[in-house]
Amino acid sequence: MVVALLITAALAAASLGAILLWLQPRQTGEAALVERLNDLLPQTQCRRCTFDGCRPYATAIARGEAGTNQCPPGGEATAVALAHLLRREPRSVDPQFGVMPAYPAVAVIDEATCIGCTKCIQACPVDAIVGGSKFMHTVIAADCTGCELCIPPCPVDCIDMQPAPAGMQRLPPPVATAG
Amino acid sequence: MNKSFPAATAPHTVGSNRVGRIMGLVICALLPAIILHVIVFGPGIVLQIVLGVTTALVTEALALRLRQQPIRQFLCDGSAVITAVLIAMCLPPLAPWWLIVSGTAFAILIAKHLYGGLGANPFNPAMVGYAVLLVSFPAHLTRWLAPDIAGLQPVDLSFGDVFHTIFTGQLPDALRWDAITSPTPLNAVRTGLAMGNTLQESVASPIFGAFGGKGWDWINVGLLAGGMSLLALRIIRWHTPVAMLAGLMVPAAFMYAMDPGTYPGPLFHLTAGATLLGAFFIATDPVSSATSNRGKLIYGAGIGLVTYVIRAWGGYPDGVAFAVLLMNLSVPLIDRFTVPRIYGHER
Amino acid sequence: MTPRVRGGLRLDANKARSTRSPLRSASVPAELILPLDQHAGAPARPIVQPGEAVLLGQPIAEPHGDISAWLHSPVSGRVAAIEPREVPYRVDPAQSIVIANDGRDARFAQPAVDYRAMSEGELRAHIARGGIVGLGGATFPTEPKLSRSNVASDRHLLLNGAECEPWISCDDMLMRERAGDVILGARILRQAIGATKCTIAIEDDIPLAAAALRAALDYQDDIAISVQHDIYPAGGERQLILAVMGREVPSGGLPADIGIVVQNVGTAAAVARWFRDGEPLISRIVTITGSGVREATNLEARLGTPIAALIADCGGYAQEAQQLIMGGSMMGLGLTSDSLPLVKATNCVIVAANADLQPRGVEMPCIRCGDCAEVCPASLLPQQLHWHARDQNLGALLQLGLMDCIECGCCDYVCPSQIPLTQQFRIAKIPVSSELQARSDASAARARYEARNERLLRIEQEQRERLEAKRRQLTGRKQ
Repeated sequence: MVVALLITAALAAASLGAILLWLQPRQTGEAALVERLNDLLPQTQCRRCTFDGCRPYATAIARGEAGTNQCPPGGEATAVALAHLLRREPRSVDPQFGVMPAYPAVAVIDEATCIGCTKCIQACPVDAIVGGSKFMHTVIAADCTGCELCIPPCPVDCIDMQPAPAGMQRLPPPVATAG
Repeated sequence: MNKSFPAATAPHTVGSNRVGRIMGLVICALLPAIILHVIVFGPGIVLQIVLGVTTALVTEALALRLRQQPIRQFLCDGSAVITAVLIAMCLPPLAPWWLIVSGTAFAILIAKHLYGGLGANPFNPAMVGYAVLLVSFPAHLTRWLAPDIAGLQPVDLSFGDVFHTIFTGQLPDALRWDAITSPTPLNAVRTGLAMGNTLQESVASPIFGAFGGKGWDWINVGLLAGGMSLLALRIIRWHTPVAMLAGLMVPAAFMYAMDPGTYPGPLFHLTAGATLLGAFFIATDPVSSATSNRGKLIYGAGIGLVTYVIRAWGGYPDGVAFAVLLMNLSVPLIDRFTVPRIYGHER
Repeated sequence: MTPRVRGGLRLDANKARSTRSPLRSASVPAELILPLDQHAGAPARPIVQPGEAVLLGQPIAEPHGDISAWLHSPVSGRVAAIEPREVPYRVDPAQSIVIANDGRDARFAQPAVDYRAMSEGELRAHIARGGIVGLGGATFPTEPKLSRSNVASDRHLLLNGAECEPWISCDDMLMRERAGDVILGARILRQAIGATKCTIAIEDDIPLAAAALRAALDYQDDIAISVQHDIYPAGGERQLILAVMGREVPSGGLPADIGIVVQNVGTAAAVARWFRDGEPLISRIVTITGSGVREATNLEARLGTPIAALIADCGGYAQEAQQLIMGGSMMGLGLTSDSLPLVKATNCVIVAANADLQPRGVEMPCIRCGDCAEVCPASLLPQQLHWHARDQNLGALLQLGLMDCIECGCCDYVCPSQIPLTQQFRIAKIPVSSELQARSDASAARARYEARNERLLRIEQEQRERLEAKRRQLTGRKQ
């Protein structure tokens, strides 16, 4: 009898603890939810989701105005993580929002063709293109997210997507430091 | 002309500790207690161990075969043998053969292999097996022999009597259960208190010596010696046993100080029932216990405390098995909260 | 002795067999192979052409990029080729300068310099020109490491003579025989970072080296000697800092971030030779040991010498040679051939017989015994990392500090289940570090995106205000 009571009490305490744990990191309110959703997005700012960037998309999800399957750059992992956070059934990314290339890509401007119209500079959501009016433009590869937003505005079609430059190709240096 | 060598990754050398060595040494550390058990209670335990180990090896082999695991490699690791020996040490020496066989088979098949075998079982298999027997066949588990020491055992049981009793479940015609059995110290105190006697009156029975029950004290010396050698060999760490003994004896001392007429003192608890077996051989099972040192302290203290609560106010005379299982249940939670601070990280 | 290394192991050091005979020079081969990427960071760029004559100590490759190092010719002769060659520290061949030795050892004119008259910047620049890199095994170029310490105001130079790995004795022999070089190098390095304090840390099992250092210091107390217990891995950079100073290097950071520069004693001696004798880093001391070689000893060998030549110098192979290791038995690299050249990282070559190494047993499942956590010097939980590495759970691996693993091998060594934990962690670090990179890329893109949005808002606001002002002006004029 006492054992049963004890076990019940222990179980009750354990489940209470579990519930508290589950509740603890959650903050209420839409702003906090938007923040957490935005944290899960790849920050490509590509607008493939039809919103104006990652944060606007996160806001739309939080308000129930968008699904969790609209982010092609994030892929399945992001779709699952978003659904998981909202405790919804995960759904595969809908191909109507675009299909990503098989490799990470960055925009490259054909500098011979560029007429210096600055249209791509205005289109870039992360300020990764530099150049002045009537001067040749160039993409800072390290800052390019591969969003492709600079391609349509270019009047001379001189921007191309190319595989991102890989990091250093060599193996990590010898790790034997504990000599 | 140039010499070539096999490719290898660091570290190029390893220590000599192996799973089989750990298990083997644990079994060796149980030997003194087993020998003393034979001296105190007769050869029953030997037969129980033989039955248990055979069952354990057969069921382990069967389970490994069903799970398509390498049988030889795992059969030699010794973990199944320990499970069987621990169950045998918890059972009365004359318990019928099907008790140890079914308990061990349950422990190996259900508690160990259904959860993924060696290393993956959340519960201590031996304690699962024992708890199942305790809940299912309580009457059989109270028939402890009177210790053959200080003239407490009137009958000289031969090996043939023991063999006959274990395999038929019946005593030889000349013997009667109430002639050869006597309550365990924990049981004696419990029934004594239940009948309205004070603790002092209950302990006045001839089965009690200076430190708890006569005979039991010797077995506990054996367990203590084995446990100490495991500590010295660094097979187990001090955290779990010390925390468990403290978790048991501190509340015992407190309650004894409050009401010495009802609550036995800490020394009684130290040598009663499965305290030392639990502290050194059961709670220290690495697979089902907490991992970090801090976690081991919490885990051990929890076992000691729950054991005390069950003994003092629970429905069973001893509570080590249930306490271990209950704390096995809490291990993931303990592990989660006792992750050590990593070098270079703020806590 | 202050706080100890956390965890760690007492290992059979196996050092005595290579310290019985004095340090001697290795013979110089006819052809030397100098890989351009034998230091951490970006490969050096050749500044000589095939066929060109070179002198001993002449620069043959220059650094390229922020972290890189000069390379000098260890002999006089002719550049035979610049081509990919097999190297010890990576699987694919590395671009290397091959030099044909003319045997004359004609020196490149390089005057000695007096460090006392030089500023910190000049000293560091001169150290860089000497091709000096960390000789403890990591070969991190010394100059960038010194320069990075500028971030802290209170600076401390810690010379690492705690040679904790089994078998290796090159630093012990160096300190015994050339303690003066170590002390001089320490003073130069100290001045190069403007350090207020300088400590040489050694283990308590090398009393002869300690005595030699004290004698070389000659009662001057500008350099402290800190004696540590010989526990592996006490000589790990982070572990040594904790043991000697009771401080921890923040995760993901460098010792320089807390004002500490750790340099190997061998590096200090190389600096001393470069300043005093004008000899750049063209040779190093290497321990040749193990039961597979006839006479274990320490050799001073030119960079680029094939390992086979070093072993021949030590009497050649004994019958039992079974395995070739560059470095110690805990963290060393397994070599598949003895034709590979000695590089700046080669502190030790173990020609191991079967009896020297305890081979791994059959792998069993983890039994959660926790021995691995007990010995981990970074206080990680290797058994948890093991589960998550098997599941490729990158988030959990990051949270449990996989990137703080120093790959010392202690967990492997004690694991009763014989799980190859270190190798598993090495492999798991690859996707985890790309995950880290992806996270930092995402947060950078997010910051840029948000900064741009703010700017656009501000511009819009300003335009509205200007319009408003214009409008007011217009209405004012009308009235």
